[in-house]
Amino acid sequence: MQRPLEISSLSKTFDTPTGPHTVVKDFNVKIQPGEFISLLGHSGCGKSTVLSIVAGLQQATLGGVIIDGTEVNTPGLDRGVVFQSPCLLPWLSALDNVLLAARQAHPTLAAAAQREVALKYLNLVGVAEFASSMPAELSQGTQQRVAIARALSLEPRFLLFDEPFGMLDSMTRFELQDLVLELWEQDRKTVILVTHDIDEAIYLSDRIVLMTDGPEARVGLDLPISLPRPRDRRMASSNADYFRLRAEVIRFLDHHSRQFNREAA
Amino acid sequence: MKSFLTSFALAMTGILCVVLLWAALAGNVAPDLPSPLKTWEESKPFILQPWEKRGEMDQGILRMASYSLVRVAKGFFLAILVGTPLGFLLGSSTLFYRMFDPTIQVLRPISPLAWLPLGLILFRQSEPAALFTIALCSMWPTVINTMHGVRSIPQDYLNVAKVLRLSPWKKFTKVWLPATLPYMFTGFRLSLGLAWLVIVAAEMLTGTPGVGGFLWQEYNSLIYSHILLCIVTIGVVGFALDRLMGLAEAKLRAA
Ligand SMILES: Nc1ncnc2c1ncn2[C@@H]1O[C@H](COP(=O)(O)OP(=O)(O)OP(=O)(O)O)[C@@H](O)[C@H]1O
Ligand SMILES: [Mg+2]
Repeated sequence: MQRPLEISSLSKTFDTPTGPHTVVKDFNVKIQPGEFISLLGHSGCGKSTVLSIVAGLQQATLGGVIIDGTEVNTPGLDRGVVFQSPCLLPWLSALDNVLLAARQAHPTLAAAAQREVALKYLNLVGVAEFASSMPAELSQGTQQRVAIARALSLEPRFLLFDEPFGMLDSMTRFELQDLVLELWEQDRKTVILVTHDIDEAIYLSDRIVLMTDGPEARVGLDLPISLPRPRDRRMASSNADYFRLRAEVIRFLDHHSRQFNREAA
Repeated sequence: MKSFLTSFALAMTGILCVVLLWAALAGNVAPDLPSPLKTWEESKPFILQPWEKRGEMDQGILRMASYSLVRVAKGFFLAILVGTPLGFLLGSSTLFYRMFDPTIQVLRPISPLAWLPLGLILFRQSEPAALFTIALCSMWPTVINTMHGVRSIPQDYLNVAKVLRLSPWKKFTKVWLPATLPYMFTGFRLSLGLAWLVIVAAEMLTGTPGVGGFLWQEYNSLIYSHILLCIVTIGVVGFALDRLMGLAEAKLRAA
């Protein structure tokens, strides 16, 4: 049995020209294997900071991230990351971008087999036809699908998303949310999704971790989303529980922004 | 096509204006300046038989230019061979940058006329001294542009390299090099221009055959029209080199 991913007493302080700035302080979350959680909070509260520490791209000042009982502070192939912008390397075709990851995850496979892996994931996210296209020729949505294929081709245990749909129009965003949901249903990887879209968080997650406003952001509310699965968007818009959860999230965010404004005044 | 013809016509008109000004000055204001017509008459054997070799310093103008070009090419390759890795080091390591940037800023403005004697002392021969001078003077744009290119690699790409745990070699070939290539090429282009600028000085001081050497010899023999021939040749060749590099750069950006 795999153990949970633990974010334990995490604090992050940046040195700024105006002195030390503690973005998150004493942040604690336990994420069970196969769980889909969303990290939700106001802009600038420190969501990306937490996620990039989990990804190993930044170091915690205090506390840390524990996977299988060991603290991790470097990136690892067990964690696939999808950023807000697709971040495809513009000089590589879609396939070569995915292949870059597939080769890392399967260094011992023959070149043809590595290609198979990359193609499999491009196919899985529905963009196999664009394999030989260059990123600049692809729409934002397609690029983000390729980026997801790249993360998946690492065959990681954890998927970390940082507002992956933030730059997309709403139709494309819906499509990609459904894709992510479908992919997750298939093999139940552990997912951490950073978002500021309330409906997205409720629609996708098992649990929403709401952050208080920074500085010194903490976990403000840990809200289980007990809506039945598989979910579909139509059900979500006519379900009483859905509206109760939505109201609860909004109440939290509203309260915290008011508190924040009061403190700022 | 039409706009091309217009710019061509305008450029030709510009050249004509300068030649007319030259002709006007040559007769009276500057009595020692050969007129355009005289320059042409006396340069004809060099232009019409551009590959002719009549003696060590009496050769067709293209042949002379080719000697200079080969020398420039050698110096230029030496410059980018040293300059590119240096730029990568400076761009990727703050320690290295803080250690060597001040020295580079001091070396950069030194004229080829100052380096050449040092080269002659070091190598005791004119040819390697010339290459040494060309390389030292033309290296800096490559160094600085490569460094700047490395510094401008978007953080997003570096993050991708990190989360994929690319090996240093893969990180270099798949991320750093392609991201820096356009900057490097801008550096190469500027370096080549500088190398061509330096060649004349190097040949003048070492007296080696080439456009610059020829220019200096004809100055000493008081054949002033040939000086003008050399000046025009140097300009035209330099322009052609820059255009060629520009084309290569555009090809690279499109690819
Ligand atoms: N390298 C840094 N140096 C100083 N301050 C930083 C640094 N990185 C982030 N911050 C600050 O930390 C805070 C949290 O940033 P972060 O990007 O984690 O927020 P976020 O919740 O992801 O916001 P958004 O929703 O806008 O993406 C911000 O106030 C930001 O200014
Ligand atoms: Mg963010």
